[in-house]
Amino acid sequence: MSVASNQAAEWDDAMSAGHLLRPGLDLSHKVILYLDDISVSFDGFKALNKLSLAIDAGELRCIIGPNGAGKTTLMDVITGKTRPDSGTCFFGQTLDLTRLSEPEIAHAGIGRKFQKPTVFENHSVFENLELAMKADKRAFSSLFARLDGEGRDKIADTLKLIHLDAESERLAGLLSHGQKQWLEIGMLLMQEPRLLLLDEPVAGMTDDETERTGELFKSLAGKHSLVVVEHDMAFIEQLGGKVTVLHEGSVLAEGGLAAVQADSRVIEVYLGR
Amino acid sequence: MPFTLRFLQATPRKGWIALALFALATLALLPLSHIYLPKDSPLHVSNYAIALGGKIMCYAIVAVAMDLIWGYAGILSLGHGVFFALGGYAFGMYLMRQIGTDGSYHSVLPDFMVFLDWKELPWYWTGSGSFLWAVLLVLAVPALVAYVFGYFAFRSRIKGVYFSIITQALTYASMLFFFRNETGFGGNNGFTDFRRILGYDITSPEMRAILFALSALVLMLTLLAARYLVTSKFGRVLTAIRDAESRAMFIGYNPLHYKLFVWTLSAMLCAVAGALYVPQVGIINPSEMSPANSIEIAIWTAVGGRGTLIGPVLGAALVNLFKSYFTVAFPEYWLFFLGALFVMVTLWLPDGVVGLWNRLMKKGRP
Repeated sequence: MSVASNQAAEWDDAMSAGHLLRPGLDLSHKVILYLDDISVSFDGFKALNKLSLAIDAGELRCIIGPNGAGKTTLMDVITGKTRPDSGTCFFGQTLDLTRLSEPEIAHAGIGRKFQKPTVFENHSVFENLELAMKADKRAFSSLFARLDGEGRDKIADTLKLIHLDAESERLAGLLSHGQKQWLEIGMLLMQEPRLLLLDEPVAGMTDDETERTGELFKSLAGKHSLVVVEHDMAFIEQLGGKVTVLHEGSVLAEGGLAAVQADSRVIEVYLGR
Repeated sequence: MPFTLRFLQATPRKGWIALALFALATLALLPLSHIYLPKDSPLHVSNYAIALGGKIMCYAIVAVAMDLIWGYAGILSLGHGVFFALGGYAFGMYLMRQIGTDGSYHSVLPDFMVFLDWKELPWYWTGSGSFLWAVLLVLAVPALVAYVFGYFAFRSRIKGVYFSIITQALTYASMLFFFRNETGFGGNNGFTDFRRILGYDITSPEMRAILFALSALVLMLTLLAARYLVTSKFGRVLTAIRDAESRAMFIGYNPLHYKLFVWTLSAMLCAVAGALYVPQVGIINPSEMSPANSIEIAIWTAVGGRGTLIGPVLGAALVNLFKSYFTVAFPEYWLFFLGALFVMVTLWLPDGVVGLWNRLMKKGRP
């Protein structure tokens, strides 16, 4: 099946669902992700409190914050896992993420890497990438789907990129922790997303792997937009993008890493009074 | 013809050979021996053997259907008996009508309706005299029940033990419903005393042989279709959803549609098995929907080996062969034995008989 017809099918889906006014992602205002006044509470605990955030198309943004600041909840809201109590959340100018399901959001072009690396452990590395590959993912189509040469090439390219070409036939469950992280990143790339959400992507990686991951992310920025949640300051420094500090469910500070680190409120939050 | 090719490749060469041998035995040798060899010949297949064999093959179809939903989709249904029974009842209605006026009361109505002093057939018995309508009901009714039930359960993301409990409730509630005389399906006696199919005597050796061969044919088609399904991308997505549902959702698969498809397919396979089973055993009553029956289905699959397709067939055959011996020799202890078997398989043979075989084969080879 050709890529063009897949896209047409996806657009038809989204159009009929009534969430998409025009086919494709409308980036006319240069903003790919726009959150305004988002609040989420669990049993009275405010996980997100009037949070507002805008990510530009092609930007590489890092999000930091102490435990419980709401980083994972933020990811949940963007990917449709958690519905906000109030506020708006738009992908491009036209897609209201608060009304789409998880698979619909994935099709719209948002890929997510979990904090704990999550791959299909009983499938081979190759199959993991095959399943993730951008395609018609409806049940009936999967019954008759066949992998064509173009798809194989794409998988081969990604295998090289994530340094797993020698492990292609291995079960994903047998990979090392760092390799699983890479595989999950590879799966994200196979989806050809416009926006990648990466929750602690270098946790458990060696210094060498971490640095390679940083290089990879930097090369992806521009064509894709990336939001990286991390604790590793050296890694954030390497990435070099704008940094957003979350605290108690809202944005505390935003700017370059050096500026943010010098901010007295940020120091207070991290070091205590 | 890429589809045909893909279908042929789905089953390995050894599988095709085994299937051919099985076909030769069940479609030709055994039925022919039953019909044509004299009763005193040592090679004659007796009434008892042909009925037992046919029954076990129906059970095997159910076990494969169970494996699709449990082994591959990770959804343990403890209510599959309800679909089996619905298929049986749907075809049973036709069998009741085929009795004609040969019943005890010599009425065109089934005996139990005369007994209840009903004057005409209830509306839902309309068309039950037609064979084709019966076949349609066998497929459509369980499919509809499964689809509606599955839609609400999977959409609400009910999983694991909660789902299993609800399916137990489904089959139990259905059993109570069918027990009522007013329901119009013969109450606790159900349907029995069948005479004919398509006008031919149901007890004749030819009819028995045909039902036997038909069960074998459906079993083989089920295995081939299931094999195709689990080796397709659909099957890989299904196991992916089983192992990491949220990951599958975030790469764009909607688990609802995948689960619903395989769930409904599984229910329909059970229904066909039920429809083949009823004329061979000669009775269908609400006890087929008892919760214990559905649990037994899960045990066949577990004993044979979940996640392999041949496993459940072996499991259904082994457990039921044993059952037909055990319930005669020690009738009171069968349920204890079944329970013990389930515990032992869970503890020591998580991959069932097939898993044990694979392990032994591996040990044999250095």
